[in-house]
Amino acid sequence: MRQPEASRSEGTRSVTSRSERGRSAAAAAVVAVLTLTACGGVTSGAGDEKAKGTVNIAINAWVGYEANAAVITHLLEEELGYTVEEKSLKEEVAWQGFETGEVDVIVENWGHDDLKKTYIDEKKVAVTVGPTGNQGVIGWYVPQWMADKYPDITDGANLNRYADLFKTSESGDKGQLLDGDPSFVTNDEALVTNLNLNYKVVYSGSEAALIKAAQQATAQQKPLLFYFYEPQWLFSQEKYVRVKLPAWTEGCDADPAKVNCDYPDYVLDKIASKKFQDTGGDAYTLVKNFSWTNEDQNLVADYITNQGMSADDAAAKWVKEHESTWKPWIPAS
Amino acid sequence: MTAIPAPSSRIAWRPGRGTLFAAFVVLLIAGYALLRGRATLPHDGDAGAFRVFTGLRDWVDDNRDVNPVFLFVVNYLRFGVSLLVGGVQSLLTGLGWVGLTAVAGALAGVLAGWRIAVLTGAGFLSFGVLGLWEESVDTLSLTLSAVLLAVLIGLPLGVLSARSDAVRAVLDPVLDVMQIMPAFAYLAPMTLLFLIGEPASVLATLIYAIPPAIRISALGLRGVSATTVEAATSIGATRWQVLRGVQLPMARRAIVLAVNQTIMMALSMVVVTALIDAPGLGQVIIRALERVNVGLAFDAGVAIVVMAIVLDRITSRAADRADTTHHQARRVADQGGAAWRGALGGRRLSWALAALTALAGALVNGGGEFPEAVRWSFAPAVNDVVGWIELHLYPVTDAIKNVLTAGVLNPLQQVLTESPFWLVMAAVLGVGLMVSGVRAALVAVGALTGIALLGLWQHAMETLATVLLATVLTLLAGVALGVWTARSDLAGRVLRPVLDAAQTMPSFVYLLPAVALFGASRFTAIAASVIYAVPPVVRLVERGIRDVPDTVVEAAASAGSTPAQLLRKVQLPVARPALLLAANQGIVMVLAMVVVGGLVGAGALGYDVVAGFAQRSDFGKGFAAGLAIVLLGVLLDRLTQGAGRRRDTAVTTVTPTA
Repeated sequence: MRQPEASRSEGTRSVTSRSERGRSAAAAAVVAVLTLTACGGVTSGAGDEKAKGTVNIAINAWVGYEANAAVITHLLEEELGYTVEEKSLKEEVAWQGFETGEVDVIVENWGHDDLKKTYIDEKKVAVTVGPTGNQGVIGWYVPQWMADKYPDITDGANLNRYADLFKTSESGDKGQLLDGDPSFVTNDEALVTNLNLNYKVVYSGSEAALIKAAQQATAQQKPLLFYFYEPQWLFSQEKYVRVKLPAWTEGCDADPAKVNCDYPDYVLDKIASKKFQDTGGDAYTLVKNFSWTNEDQNLVADYITNQGMSADDAAAKWVKEHESTWKPWIPAS
Repeated sequence: MTAIPAPSSRIAWRPGRGTLFAAFVVLLIAGYALLRGRATLPHDGDAGAFRVFTGLRDWVDDNRDVNPVFLFVVNYLRFGVSLLVGGVQSLLTGLGWVGLTAVAGALAGVLAGWRIAVLTGAGFLSFGVLGLWEESVDTLSLTLSAVLLAVLIGLPLGVLSARSDAVRAVLDPVLDVMQIMPAFAYLAPMTLLFLIGEPASVLATLIYAIPPAIRISALGLRGVSATTVEAATSIGATRWQVLRGVQLPMARRAIVLAVNQTIMMALSMVVVTALIDAPGLGQVIIRALERVNVGLAFDAGVAIVVMAIVLDRITSRAADRADTTHHQARRVADQGGAAWRGALGGRRLSWALAALTALAGALVNGGGEFPEAVRWSFAPAVNDVVGWIELHLYPVTDAIKNVLTAGVLNPLQQVLTESPFWLVMAAVLGVGLMVSGVRAALVAVGALTGIALLGLWQHAMETLATVLLATVLTLLAGVALGVWTARSDLAGRVLRPVLDAAQTMPSFVYLLPAVALFGASRFTAIAASVIYAVPPVVRLVERGIRDVPDTVVEAAASAGSTPAQLLRKVQLPVARPALLLAANQGIVMVLAMVVVGGLVGAGALGYDVVAGFAQRSDFGKGFAAGLAIVLLGVLLDRLTQGAGRRRDTAVTTVTPTA
């Protein structure tokens, strides 16, 4: 559960781009002065043309995402000679970045049909760039020891019988269902109501708090029912079992208030800004071609989380060992 | 107790007040028993106020590159600040690690003496040893840029506020709001106006850090004796000459102190702005959190604590020196000479030496990397210790949480959320009238009305319950520790570094162990805020008790008081104003942690703010929740201290080192 060997050099990832930052500031200055003379005022700079050869990748806050980003960054920089700016952003903020020009590409997107509607269909500032090859699973989980001790607990229909087990100081006389970060895709409040469950959704507020609670539930043999997802590096350390809810069928989650079925499997995909699609050249083609398996991602995530490597080193190691996987991604020219 | 008159008659309980209060409480209890569940304001996820703010956001998004306000003001600001940050950053990076360490050491030597210079040099080297050189330099550049702007803007405002009561009357409430508004609550509006990255980070930091720059410098200027000013005016000095030749030099100590406080505030905020993509140590901490790796975050936390200590020691030592040179300066000034130029004349040599060292350092190593071979990390040891604590203390901490939640927090929350809203308002009005006077009571009720109008009544009451319990725990711990340090120098010496660290260590670092011990719960938020809020309370209590005149203590001791009697009957009553101030300060600090609580399961307003930051559709709710936290702060501030009392004293209390 702990990673005493973990690297301290994690934060150095952004270091490579530091000198570029100075340069792009200078470039921005020139651009801004030009804009100034042209229309009498400074635009936010957000929509301005980036210096050729820089790709802005949004970094969402989970390690699996970082694994995708690290490998793409590595290939863009080492194989194609681009400069990559990584921007640590929450999912929704990253989508806004398409509009402002701060973000060129999101390399692991979980559904977000509402955002697709806004930014792809209505505002037309973003485009989908195809699947990453990873299968995303969202659902309710319990620690392995609970599944062993109460075998029928993994059927959602039995949850009410076990509600007492999951009572906490936060859920009062109901069972607690622990949710995560507010930006994660969730229907849990509606599910609890529509499936008539005697549970209360408690928001841990962050992924870190959710993982910590899960680790403690295993270490202390403490009951816990929680919202979680795969691929996730925690599964390479401890086992958690998914609780089956009524199976997902097309359209059963169309109305957010009336959802009464499990989460669908997500085909994780990549999203790029329209501008990147039009002007990204080889960089765009590489992002478009990028596709790998859950095993690939878990391997890189495991390097990062449990083997104390920086994301850069982890990507370099994977790239060195999997040339046949990534060679086809590189544009022919 | 009647033997020693309480220093403020306004707060002292007069006979009869107790009965009045008791009657009032009985009335409230009866009201609750009869009316509970009626006229409550349950939470509505789609309140009108939320939609207004969300609409505002959409408008800004659509008009960012069209509207003149953006074209000519906001975007210029963003652009200018990004140039400033870029400049500071390239300067610091360009010096290389040898050069920067030399420059910092030399500056410390000139400003604060050779001991501090050694401390500074060692501190900067420790960034490299921790493997965090680049990140530390980034954090330092952002902090210095924000402080530079804060001083450039804050000092003139301080001068204006010292000279004109009208300016002061306008500024004070604004500064109050800036100080109470939780850092998180700025972030979403900041990204809305200034997008993400360094400029937004510096501007958010500026807002957070400028109040002490204005308040303390104004306080210092106002403290310059009127006779001195009159004397200067009578010999024909113009207002500008008086300001430059007399007031500013004489307020030097206060001004340096203002810079000190600004730096401390800025440093803590810069770390939080990692959430809007500011580079530096905050990023390391956020990434460590994603990996649930406390040790990794601890290293970055240590770098921040070291940076805080170094910057604090340089500036506070410089302030002490300003005090000594101030006397020399006054002599020079009295003779009509230029004030502090003369006093500094002797230092020209050290400046020259410092510049030379810095230049040599920069030449030796322009932009070189810190040697890889010299590395040290606390991470493995910290992870082992934390792991042990999480595994073995859990049964105890879990029990504490369950008892306090079931016994105190839940009933309190129930009373607050299930009472008719007007009954809560009546209670606040009554307490306000009895403790702080009519004006304060009306302001407090006004704040409650605002919360109701924002559509966040229920969440605000839930948060209020958490805040009240956290404040009580903070005061219990703070008073106990404060009394202990006041009575034993040894305790003071042992505790001081711990308090310094508790106050400067970013709360993110200790959040995860807290989650492990208390689960994702309101109590975790309470634990985190107690850690954060206890240090200033300890310092205020300690100072209050130490300031009790020796003669009073001796008199009581000679009359045969035991130490316990002395404390209970003499020292604590005499130190009452300091204790009230401590309570007030404790509340403000606890409120600052409400949003952080939202990240670890406390829900209510804190979670609303976090959600508003993460989800586009929740922007309005998050923004409203930020305002509601400010209103709660105004409410509690007025109830505990009454208007006007806090102003002149509170500014000096955030000092990380007493």
